Amino acid sequence: MSHDGINPGRRNFLISATSVVGAAGFVGAAVPFVGSWTPSAKALAAGAPVKVDIGKLNPGDILGPIPAWRDRPIFVVKRTEEMMSRLNRRNYRLADPDSEEQKQPDYARNETRSIRPDIGILVGICTHLSCSPKFNPAIEPQPFDTEWVGGFYCPCHGSMFDLAGRVYKDVPAPTNLEVPPHFFESDSVVVIGEDGGVA
Amino acid sequence: MATVQESLQNVMNWVDERLPVTKTYEKHMSKYYAPKNFNFWYIFGVLSVVVLVLQLVTGIWLTMNYIPAGDRAFASVEFIMRDVEFGWMLRYMHSTGASAFFVVVYMHMFRGLMYGSYKKPRELIWILGMLIYVALMAEGFFGYLLPWGNMSYWGAQVIVSLVGAIPFWGEELAVWVRGDFNMSEVALNRFFALHVVLVPLALIVLVFLHILALHEVGSNNPDGIDVKANVDEEGKPLDSVPFHPYYTIGHDLPAIVIFLFVFCAVMFFYPDGGGYLIEHPNYEPADPLKTPELIAPVWYYTPFYSMLRACTFPLFGMTAKFWGLVVMAGAIAIPFVLPWLDRSPVKSIRYKGLGSKVFLTLFVISFFILGYLGTVHPTPMKTALAQLCTGIYFAYFLLMPWYTSVEKTKPVPERVPE
Repeated sequence: MSHDGINPGRRNFLISATSVVGAAGFVGAAVPFVGSWTPSAKALAAGAPVKVDIGKLNPGDILGPIPAWRDRPIFVVKRTEEMMSRLNRRNYRLADPDSEEQKQPDYARNETRSIRPDIGILVGICTHLSCSPKFNPAIEPQPFDTEWVGGFYCPCHGSMFDLAGRVYKDVPAPTNLEVPPHFFESDSVVVIGEDGGVA
Repeated sequence: MATVQESLQNVMNWVDERLPVTKTYEKHMSKYYAPKNFNFWYIFGVLSVVVLVLQLVTGIWLTMNYIPAGDRAFASVEFIMRDVEFGWMLRYMHSTGASAFFVVVYMHMFRGLMYGSYKKPRELIWILGMLIYVALMAEGFFGYLLPWGNMSYWGAQVIVSLVGAIPFWGEELAVWVRGDFNMSEVALNRFFALHVVLVPLALIVLVFLHILALHEVGSNNPDGIDVKANVDEEGKPLDSVPFHPYYTIGHDLPAIVIFLFVFCAVMFFYPDGGGYLIEHPNYEPADPLKTPELIAPVWYYTPFYSMLRACTFPLFGMTAKFWGLVVMAGAIAIPFVLPWLDRSPVKSIRYKGLGSKVFLTLFVISFFILGYLGTVHPTPMKTALAQLCTGIYFAYFLLMPWYTSVEKTKPVPERVPE
């Protein structure tokens, strides 16, 4: 073979080998750039569990939205006997009344979506597009719903949730409000962000 | 002794042997032939370059006093507005410029739709233009977070949450984009980097390629006539004139002057545009615990926001939220393939048939209606209207292969009519 003759097989091999090595290098070099966008150690530390004193919370009241676990607004609602009795009367209007979707720890997968039936703890972020729903305990017709019996209403896109954070049918929000992991350290102190060994 | 002119010519020759200055000037300005029948609709390309330069310059000056930190961003914008000499003017130029950018780009795109400027051989010009439009939307979105007002915060919160609608990895992806479990300073910092460095660089490169591709094939015109088909013995198109000075001085300069009059009127007298250019909740600092009564994006995104909200029911086992994302992304993606949807033998709407005219009119009307609906609270009636308009928006594109091939077109003259 002469000096200026071309060996196509060899050329193709060299082109492919160089491309493969180059592509592998590119992927490797992308790791620090992509990785730097994941939450930093500081953001993770800020996501540590927090303690909330619920001793002064009266039945029928809500604590929140309070900036709590992972800097997200948290609702702590203390339901009255009357509110609890109302919870399961209108399940036909709920999309997921039995909490089949994993939006809560297993110990909160019950009718009230809580450990203690009277204390509801919810992440106050609408599961549609992350607005903050408003607590509206009134039992009277509302502009958005003529049969309203109390719950949470999201003003951004009109999603409705009951007092246990369960989503109504035919609203934009796809799932129930999230219940964060939590446990009761005492009767009046709840730790949000940790399971406390019950899970 | 050489005259001054001869010396200058010598300097120019020396440069031209090393850098093609004269050749480039001739190719793109003095010997770039543009069809002689340009009308009003042909000023918006030049105007968008004007606004791009305005945004780059005012943006650089704003970064000199802006601080992208969660506890200082809002205050630093107030500092610019109250204490920095001419700071208020630089900021209003930039905020008015953002809206002006979208005005001229929407007009420019409508011109393309009307006269078929996307058709062969200008497909790549159209695609590069669509990439510019998408980059511009990203640029506006990232920039809107920076004042760290309450609408900045919640607008970004809503749009980033959209990522969460992607099946399987959505939530992880949303945390990755935010760099935190909720919107925070982390997102503010990275949006700042994207807004002032990455996207502007991409925009400049794309605009350069857009113009390069345009100058390769030459401009279309209101009649959609191929002016290169009729040339004189020197190869110059008969129905064309040199870009400089005919269009630069005679067409673009007056347009720029008129544009700047309107721009200054808005900037000096209506800088917040009645809440449409700068929204009222943005005069309050970002509050992660307080959602504004009505979250509405700035006007230039509202048509797409309406389409997102128009998806209110689950379908095929996927949630309404997921379909909202699909429809919105689809609405932005579908114009990319426009050059291959139009089967008409003619380019311009002047020679197209009734179908094209009706669909283009309906398309523009529904785009305006969607834009309006995106700024107000949804009601069942308004949602139904948004659904109808979303349907028309997609029908304009998806039915185009049909209505452009069956309609009766008029014959296109060979030469530009006098």
